[in-house]
Amino acid sequence: MSALPTVSSLSMLLPFTLLAPLVAMLLIVFLPKEESKTIKLVAAMGMFVSLALSLYAFFAYDRVLGGMQFTLTIPWIPDLGVNLAFGVDGLSLPMLLLTNLIGFSAIYASWNMEKRAKEYFILLLILISGVMGTFIARDLFIFFLFYEIVVIPIYIMVIIWGSTKRVTKEYAGMKLTIYLLIGSAFLLVGMIALYLAAAANGHPTFMFDELAARQSLYSPAFQKIAFALMLFGFGSLISMFPFHSWSPDGYAGAPTAVSMIHAGVLKKIGGYGLIRLGVFVLPIGAKYWAPLIAVLAIGNVLYAAFIALAQKDLKYVVGYSSVSHMGYVLIAIAALNPTAATGAVAMMFAHGVMAALFFAMIGFIYEKTHTRNISELGGLAHQVPRLATGFMIAGLASLGLPGTVNFIAEFTIFMGAIKVLRVQTVLGIAGIIFTAVYILRTIANVLFGPRRSEWDHLTDIRGPELVPLVLLGSVIFIGGLFPNILLGMINSGVTSSGLAKVLETVSQAKMGGLF
Amino acid sequence: MVNFNITTVLMPEVVIAAMSMILLAIGLLVPHGARKGMMPLTAFSLIGVLCYTLYDFFYGPKTSFLDGMYMHDQFAVYFKVLFLAAALLVVLSSRDYVQKLAEHRYKFYSLLLSATLGMMLMAGAGELITMYVGLELMTISFYILVAYLANDARSSEAGIKYLVLGGTSSAILLYGISLIYGLTGSTELVKIASDLGGNLTPASFLATVFLLAGLGFKISLVPFHLWAPDIYEGAPTPVTAFLAIASKAAAFAVLIRVYLLTMNSQAFSVTGQTLLIVLAALTMILGNLIAIPQTNIKRLLAYSSIAQAGYLMVGIIAGPVAGVKGVLFYAMIYVFANMGAFAVATHVSERQSSDEIKDFAGLWRRSPLAAVVMTASLLSLAGIPPLAGFVGKFYLFSAVMDQGYTAIAFIGFVMSMVSVYYYLSVVKVMFLAEGEGLPDIPVHGAMKFTMVFTMLITLVIGIYPTPLAQMAVAAAQSLIQ
Repeated sequence: MSALPTVSSLSMLLPFTLLAPLVAMLLIVFLPKEESKTIKLVAAMGMFVSLALSLYAFFAYDRVLGGMQFTLTIPWIPDLGVNLAFGVDGLSLPMLLLTNLIGFSAIYASWNMEKRAKEYFILLLILISGVMGTFIARDLFIFFLFYEIVVIPIYIMVIIWGSTKRVTKEYAGMKLTIYLLIGSAFLLVGMIALYLAAAANGHPTFMFDELAARQSLYSPAFQKIAFALMLFGFGSLISMFPFHSWSPDGYAGAPTAVSMIHAGVLKKIGGYGLIRLGVFVLPIGAKYWAPLIAVLAIGNVLYAAFIALAQKDLKYVVGYSSVSHMGYVLIAIAALNPTAATGAVAMMFAHGVMAALFFAMIGFIYEKTHTRNISELGGLAHQVPRLATGFMIAGLASLGLPGTVNFIAEFTIFMGAIKVLRVQTVLGIAGIIFTAVYILRTIANVLFGPRRSEWDHLTDIRGPELVPLVLLGSVIFIGGLFPNILLGMINSGVTSSGLAKVLETVSQAKMGGLF
Repeated sequence: MVNFNITTVLMPEVVIAAMSMILLAIGLLVPHGARKGMMPLTAFSLIGVLCYTLYDFFYGPKTSFLDGMYMHDQFAVYFKVLFLAAALLVVLSSRDYVQKLAEHRYKFYSLLLSATLGMMLMAGAGELITMYVGLELMTISFYILVAYLANDARSSEAGIKYLVLGGTSSAILLYGISLIYGLTGSTELVKIASDLGGNLTPASFLATVFLLAGLGFKISLVPFHLWAPDIYEGAPTPVTAFLAIASKAAAFAVLIRVYLLTMNSQAFSVTGQTLLIVLAALTMILGNLIAIPQTNIKRLLAYSSIAQAGYLMVGIIAGPVAGVKGVLFYAMIYVFANMGAFAVATHVSERQSSDEIKDFAGLWRRSPLAAVVMTASLLSLAGIPPLAGFVGKFYLFSAVMDQGYTAIAFIGFVMSMVSVYYYLSVVKVMFLAEGEGLPDIPVHGAMKFTMVFTMLITLVIGIYPTPLAQMAVAAAQSLIQ
């Protein structure tokens, strides 16, 4: 990197951000399992350090300069050309911040967890560090390594602390795991093919920027095949239609914190990977498959929204709504222009915060009422007003109410996409209506209506339980009222990283295109 | 030829042979009650030889002698390190198991060492007869070890089965060797390679296929894999571990040398490559699919080790240097991953007298260390990062994709993701079930050391694979010269 006197000295910032939860995890390993209060405090402190460091990174990042900052590069496996390379730019920094916001809230959303608390927080912290690692990695190999680290803790957490509703938790956990692993098998093949093609001129490399710089080595045919493999891998991760069915089952089976992290950040790795690896490195492949992505994305938006209309279980509603929202991200990626790409990243951030808040609130409702069935709930606003507020905020953000960060993101996406994908965008905008229908209906049925005496014994959320509501809720409004904090960052990422240039070249190319 | 002292070069083999005899003598001379020292004695002599061999790998003289009959290159020494490490871990993890055996137990360590010696000879063999002698020394030791629980019907059955099937495979191998001798008038690999020539005659084709089949039996390549599950299940668990890990690696050492030195040089390589690809694909697919319904941990590990042999074959298809390096790297981490799993299986089977997966229920509560080690080992076998198995598979499959065989790498990746399913089913039993009524079985002593050590190695190599990768590269390059 060029000389950065102020920030380059902070090369250890990202490793510390990554290691803080791991250090907390190691401390927990040596704590006696009866002291669940201490365990939770240690976990919360670890995540607080990470959150503080990533907030610092977010505001210390030099937007004018752009590019990868806080970089650290250590040659790791020389014979493969793997570098332990960390760094963040305007695209990954929002995702890093998102991970830590949700991770920190997830600890507090599990504050009442007493069943095998020690193991629970050990696995949760491993999970959070794994997700964080994918967003700060500048090396494909390291990226993949971190991605796969998260799969196993999730499985164990789902089968032990999950809940059996429409499907058993064992089934949900295994379905989730198998989907993601089969997807990653495709990803691996694509990744090795890319690596071998890039190694043709001597020095093998896994660095994202190097891989992108060697585009001349990838023939158009190769790009199309490699992108297809990655589309399958990342697509099943971001729950692209028709590979989405793990997502509602998985979220419904998983414990609250896992649902929060999974819906909030983990599936965003798919979108992030498609941009960072797909569009950056394989633009011709992206151009070729973009029409297909756009069509499947409409499948996401409309089909999942229709199914969400018919759900009876709260977690399934949010699960399908998250599949539906990922459709917007996919449309934005398929539009292949800078505005839409900015919208895609903003949408991933906005949806992450919203989904995490939603799942946290559902978790509390379930914890207190022991049901997630919409028909059994009602009038909760009378008894638990704070919980109801959180639920409302999440719901209104979900349908993209102006004033929330989700509105900003959706608006940017439609602005960008309408220029190139008219029909799809119009259909996508139509999806908002369905979203409004199922969200408002759910809110009405759960929170409002006559007071029900059977819920009179409920206590409202208080103390540590308020942390997810306050933290995530304020992010939703701050992002919505001062959109420049987020969009300025992403925009600097899109322009300075060369993505804008790549997109410009690609959109002008008349060749290619599936249809 | 480089000047060298034959005693320094052959030191490990000599010491192992001597120790094998000494242990036999001690067993005969010392009364039944006073034989507790045999396990430490074996362990310490193995540690000594292992250290010497490691030193030898980096700094010792490299040569071949008796007209290329016995090679002492880094390739051979690498495999010797592997065998010795495997033997050491088996000895350390089998103490309590062996203590429980009948009074004949003194032969156990002696036989273990003679099997190790056979493997070391196989790794160094530069011609077919030496290779065969090493192979038989190993196999015959295993015949006895497999049937070691003489009062147990399954163990005896396994012993007989292994004897009959092993004898048949030896016959096939010998037939191949004699055909090759008939064709070329030599058993030396280098000479065979030049004499066999570029033409593929029916006789040379038959000879090569027989050789492959004989060795394929040892590495349980489909369709020569049918013996493995029964014998793995019946044999005493430490023996199963040694059989699954070290004898397979030894056969791979021979296969790499024979295949790459001789068979690849002739026209056979074209058909042979196709044959190997089909067999490797079948091995990966069948091994992984049949492992899914298994309910016995040893049978599960048997099928998993069949599948692992398929992954290793992929490296042989890729050929030197990258592919061979992949095989060497993977074989080494396979030792530690499998040894961890077998150590836990040995522990459970010794304490609970059961190998059924359902008896692992609640192991997380009853013996946390064992459960964690088992999970780490199985996930390494499945190739999940940050454990070593992932890097190993990456080396293997990237090497073969570099040669243009994308399909086989694809099958490999998909099947290893399938394998996660049955590995996780064991993890599920250990973590999810409460295991009520089953005893607490904490781990102590040498067993604890084995478990922690294998897990640490698996984790450290997974995170920082460079040192082992460099060793594997050096060994693979020494083979080409």
